[in-house]
Amino acid sequence: MSTSTDTGHHGATLAVREVTKRFGSRTAVAPISFALEPGQLVGIIGPNGAGKTTLLSILAGVTPATAGEVLKPVGKIGWVPQQPALYSKLSVAENLRLFARMEKLDDPEKAVGRMLGQTDLEDRADDEVGRLSGGNQQRVNIAIGLLCAPAVLLLDEPSASLDPRQRERLWEFIGGLAGGGTTVVFSTHNVAEAERYADRLLVLVDGDLLFTGTPAELEQTVGGGSRDFEAAFVRFLHERGH
Amino acid sequence: MRWLFVKDLQILKRSPLLVGLLVVYPIALALMIGFALSSPPGKPTVAILNEVPPGQGTLSFGDQRISISQYAKQLFDSIKPLKVNSRDEAISKVRSGAAAAALIVPSDIPAQIESLVTQGVGNPTVELILNSKDPLERQFAEQTINARVNEVEQAVSKQVLRVAISDLQQVLNGGKLQFLGQSVPLLGLRNSREIIQGTIASLPPDSPLRPALKQVANFANVAIQGLGFASPVLGSIGKPLTVETTQLAGKTTPTDTYAAAIAVIVSLMFVALLLASALLAMERSENAYSRLIRGLVSPSGLLSEKVGLSAVCAGVLTLAMAMLVSLFVHLEWARFPLWVLALAFAGLAFGALGVAIGGIAREVSTASLMAFLLSLPIAFLALVPANAVSGGLKSVLDAISFFFPFKAALQAVNNAFSGTSPEIWGPLLHLAVLALAFAALARLALRRFA
Repeated sequence: MSTSTDTGHHGATLAVREVTKRFGSRTAVAPISFALEPGQLVGIIGPNGAGKTTLLSILAGVTPATAGEVLKPVGKIGWVPQQPALYSKLSVAENLRLFARMEKLDDPEKAVGRMLGQTDLEDRADDEVGRLSGGNQQRVNIAIGLLCAPAVLLLDEPSASLDPRQRERLWEFIGGLAGGGTTVVFSTHNVAEAERYADRLLVLVDGDLLFTGTPAELEQTVGGGSRDFEAAFVRFLHERGH
Repeated sequence: MRWLFVKDLQILKRSPLLVGLLVVYPIALALMIGFALSSPPGKPTVAILNEVPPGQGTLSFGDQRISISQYAKQLFDSIKPLKVNSRDEAISKVRSGAAAAALIVPSDIPAQIESLVTQGVGNPTVELILNSKDPLERQFAEQTINARVNEVEQAVSKQVLRVAISDLQQVLNGGKLQFLGQSVPLLGLRNSREIIQGTIASLPPDSPLRPALKQVANFANVAIQGLGFASPVLGSIGKPLTVETTQLAGKTTPTDTYAAAIAVIVSLMFVALLLASALLAMERSENAYSRLIRGLVSPSGLLSEKVGLSAVCAGVLTLAMAMLVSLFVHLEWARFPLWVLALAFAGLAFGALGVAIGGIAREVSTASLMAFLLSLPIAFLALVPANAVSGGLKSVLDAISFFFPFKAALQAVNNAFSGTSPEIWGPLLHLAVLALAFAALARLALRRFA
């Protein structure tokens, strides 16, 4: 597997060529290829065990691919894992400051202030992360992923632990990032959420990339007539033997 | 309650490392203890220089005889004797480590003992030469030989006591006493009393008393001589032999200094191991590892940070401890830079072992438990004197001690504190190699860490 800062696709910020991941004899991700455009909001959906987290981990550089190539953007890639990757004994501000320094940002304090403002956590800045609610921990988790002002932000099930109000604010925030030119890739189990917010969908099943396109194109693929997008998605899977 | 029990069993079943540790640990300890108890105690190798000419190893006290060779055999049964032909050769064997000690028995020892016992004059002395390398080994060899020497002393005392009792019986009952090569008739107190009583009863008031009184006077004279002879005999019963101990060139580690070194290394081991293993496992427990290795820090860099931090914490803590201990125990402040060096290398080696444990365990609680369970046997095994166990077990202990940092750390710190052998550089090199090896093991373990 190799990585490069040249995506090779005109206008693409992140491209994947024949990327494969195997764990022993089990194939978690079959050879897949795609390219992402700047400012796109891309949702990866699929049943449990489809390979969504593995694919995101490969894109993030956490897990090496067995084969294939990830062509990375010129800017940085932000990574927000499903479980908050935070030090529970440090405060919100201390966590942000630590990662800002490790990212070698020019002005760590300014970045901390910016992230506290963006995530609306200024009044909790000095609270230990371990004492925060799951929703607030997730906000700090996302804030750390955004510290480096990434060209591409990868989120693994970002709304899983949030209540509806927090979820609404999260998507509003992510929409703002995409509007500003950041490519956002997220995985989710919530198909309705993917339909509502994603510009483009990647449908992964058993490591195979079965579909890439807009939600509307996915509905068209199954011929319409479905009760809602979730029903269309389930029909899509049935038609392909899943 | 029942379902909680089932749940806990399920959790244990899914923690194979923890369960394995909990099962293997007591079995391993039981095997070690059982093996140690069932094995015969080891025998220290002792160079023996016996200068007593053949056939002259028998002591005579009156009609009692003691064969020194009989006790020499008992000594040889409890040591591995290495016969040498000269004092220089004996010293050479001890200095080279071929023997833990040397025992030199001078040629005049039988005559000296006889002279002490019969006349109260003489200083029968055997020389014990000890190697100062390892205080525990030295103590073991010294105790073994002293125990055998004590047996000889007790045997001499016992025989001398018999002679004394026999003499006293003669004084009481009469008989014949061998004195200066002459057989002297001894009347005995009881006979004397009867004679005097008989004489007094039978003699008329004006009868000549001269012959009877002469006998009584003779008896009194001999009795005084006999009691005069018994005094030095009884005086020599307690300690007829002197053991003169010689330490070979090179400093001897005082036992309290050695104990201080052990205390410091045990503390350093616990702090470094627990800190390094828990800090590394915590990165995974907090899910931060995957975020860190995405270009923020390399896995090797992360390991270096954990090893370095734990070594610094453990080193500073134990350095302060050593400084405090030096108020009560003599530690050589002139060698202070070597204290720092020894503690730094030991901290790094234990820190590297700690991250290897943390990398393998992957959970803070399991890592801490593993570090704790591993520490105690490593320390205990490294402290077993090499000569205290049989050959096979000794090899096993040596191998275990070689692959863990405790013994090398103890040697380095012991040298730093007191300047005793072995030199510090060998143990430091050993610690450096172990640190690299454990760091490499930890790096391998990180492959399945994320």
